Amino acid sequence: MSEMRPPRFLSKQDPAPSRWSYRYQRLMLTPMFRLALRFGVPFAISLSVGLVYFADQGRRDSFNLAFADLRAEIKNRPEFMVKLMAIDGATAALGEDIRAVVPLDFPLSSFEFDLEEIRQNVAALPAVKSARIKIKSGGILQIDIDERQPVAIWRRLEGLSLLDREGVAFRRLQSRHERSDLPLIAGDGAAEELAEAMQILAVAAPLQERLRGVARIGERRWDVVLDRDQRIMLPEERPVQALQRVLALDTARDLLGRDVTVVDMRVAHRPTLRMSDAATRERWTARATEVKVEDQ
Amino acid sequence: MIELYETQRAMRNMRRAAMQRGVIAILDVGSSKIACLVLRFDGSEVLGDTVVSMAGQAGFRVIGAATTRSRGVRFGEIDTMAETERAIRTAVQAAQKMANIRVDHVIACFSGGDPRSYGLVGDVDLDGQVVSDEDVSRVLSACDVPDIGAAREVLHAQPVNFALDHRSGLSDPRGQMGARLATDMHLLSVDGSVIQNLAHCVRRCDLELAGIYSSSYAAGYAALVEDEQELGAACIDMGGGTTGVSIFMKKHMIYADAVRLGGDHVTGDISMGLQVPMSTAERIKTFYGGVVATGMDDREMIDMGGDTGDWEHDRRSVSRTELIGIMRPRVEEILEEVRAKLDAAGFDHLPSQQIVLTGGASQIPGLDGLASRILGQQVRLGRPVRVQGLPQAATGPGFASAVGLSLFAAHPQDEWWDFELPVDRYPARSLKRVMRWFRDNW
Repeated sequence: MSEMRPPRFLSKQDPAPSRWSYRYQRLMLTPMFRLALRFGVPFAISLSVGLVYFADQGRRDSFNLAFADLRAEIKNRPEFMVKLMAIDGATAALGEDIRAVVPLDFPLSSFEFDLEEIRQNVAALPAVKSARIKIKSGGILQIDIDERQPVAIWRRLEGLSLLDREGVAFRRLQSRHERSDLPLIAGDGAAEELAEAMQILAVAAPLQERLRGVARIGERRWDVVLDRDQRIMLPEERPVQALQRVLALDTARDLLGRDVTVVDMRVAHRPTLRMSDAATRERWTARATEVKVEDQ
Repeated sequence: MIELYETQRAMRNMRRAAMQRGVIAILDVGSSKIACLVLRFDGSEVLGDTVVSMAGQAGFRVIGAATTRSRGVRFGEIDTMAETERAIRTAVQAAQKMANIRVDHVIACFSGGDPRSYGLVGDVDLDGQVVSDEDVSRVLSACDVPDIGAAREVLHAQPVNFALDHRSGLSDPRGQMGARLATDMHLLSVDGSVIQNLAHCVRRCDLELAGIYSSSYAAGYAALVEDEQELGAACIDMGGGTTGVSIFMKKHMIYADAVRLGGDHVTGDISMGLQVPMSTAERIKTFYGGVVATGMDDREMIDMGGDTGDWEHDRRSVSRTELIGIMRPRVEEILEEVRAKLDAAGFDHLPSQQIVLTGGASQIPGLDGLASRILGQQVRLGRPVRVQGLPQAATGPGFASAVGLSLFAAHPQDEWWDFELPVDRYPARSLKRVMRWFRDNW
């Protein structure tokens, strides 16, 4: 058997690679080929496997079903369920309104909410200044409301409504007496100039007992309306100062206590008074008397 | 002379393509080993303001190196194609594996093929007063090619000297004034079939040949320091099958030759003299070899070993003196042959007589002493210059030609091929002449 062994000098030869192994190694050292092998082949295999598997309609349906089941199962886990809605910072009436615009049947999965849409719905309510919505732990849909605070009542042809600081009419009122603590503002365009009206009202505080409200006339100037149909007509420019002048006159001469129907301050250098008919007649009588006395 | 430019041009283009790819392989096909280096050109040419050019060692990095025992190569020529092809495959594959990149272009060198040097002379009258690129290409093509023999091919042809009128020794005459331009050219021819065989082997390995060099040229370029190349020196590249001789001057090779004797013959002598197989003889030579015997060597006994089964035969030993006695005559013979080649080249007329021994066989202890006795006083042992990334195992003198090839790959000395074809071959030129003649005479 020993002659079958290859001669010793052959076994000592260093092993040269065969032509094909040499070529194979060169191929494997080609950068593009390596890249293709590393990414292209796995991609192609997984793609073809996927295509072959999903070529069958039944498999596709069962996969979709299983996927939908899995989705529903995760969605309906108790950790994700929202059980109630909490509203903070709103009055009871507003709370009712909010529950009306957010018609949700609790419990619901938190995946089914579109919080932004709910927030916009809530914020679209006129009485809501801004709203923040979040889902708190424990399955609570928390709605934090910044409600509009009424500062005045606005009387228009359509009826009474509440105004907030920004001049937004946000709620109808049936009667003035519902909120008799708030000042009354009338006239078209009054809401836009609410800040000025509030200044005038603040200055008119000494007349609080007699003040009926302020009225916007012709959407350009203000009237202060007192009881006994008295009216102080203020100019377009610097109405507050004009009112202060009237108040000074009132303090000095008790102007408003007299039988005057209109104090017209519209022309600053010529304040004008309009007296009532009775007072005018009285004055005429008095003047006639004076004339007689002089004649005598 | 023009046809010769064409093949060189083709190889230059191939080399340029490889440079653009950034990777090129160096293949030193020797009789005893085949070395393959993989170079990466990283464009680190500019190192800073203070460091310039680094003697051509910058700009590339060796990223793979492999050697394998050569098979099928004798006297630096391919003897058995299939064996050589397998050896080249082994070396290239190992180097590629180390570099972890595929190489497609290879620059090869070989030492065989009976290289012969010719000195060419050409001269032209200058048209204008100033030497232009065109004039240089004209004078290069004016050199008359000697009869190099049938089936021989030109391996290198470079202008080594330019003379302008009476001034000689110009390295670059362009821009200078003169009336007559002459050039001296060195042409190295080798056996065409050797180049064909090597090209075929390389092609069989799916590689493309981007250049062929004579290994004595490459070894001289790597082993001679810059001063020696400038002032004149001879490099003796003592390989396994052949011993190459190259003479450099003014940074150009001016003569190359090869002696068909080398380290393998020393090994063969030992094998025959001591009756041991070649591999054992090679081991004994590399471990215990020498050329100068001392009294100590009489007492140093070398076990020759062997596993023939014959106890007496396997337990033989030989004294180192005997070994030296076998090696020295052969080494002397090689050096005598080299001496004859140098004398034939007229080396003793050169201003500098420096001789540098390199190559694997120059590692025999005491060789420099023996060589200085035969070749002349100024003998030193040379190692190749250091290049970036070369493994320690490949920095020995046996890798001189491989390192020289890497230097050539980065900075080839063939810039003269860049000149365009002489323009006087085009008709436009003659029209211009006619025009000038008219203007001068009417």
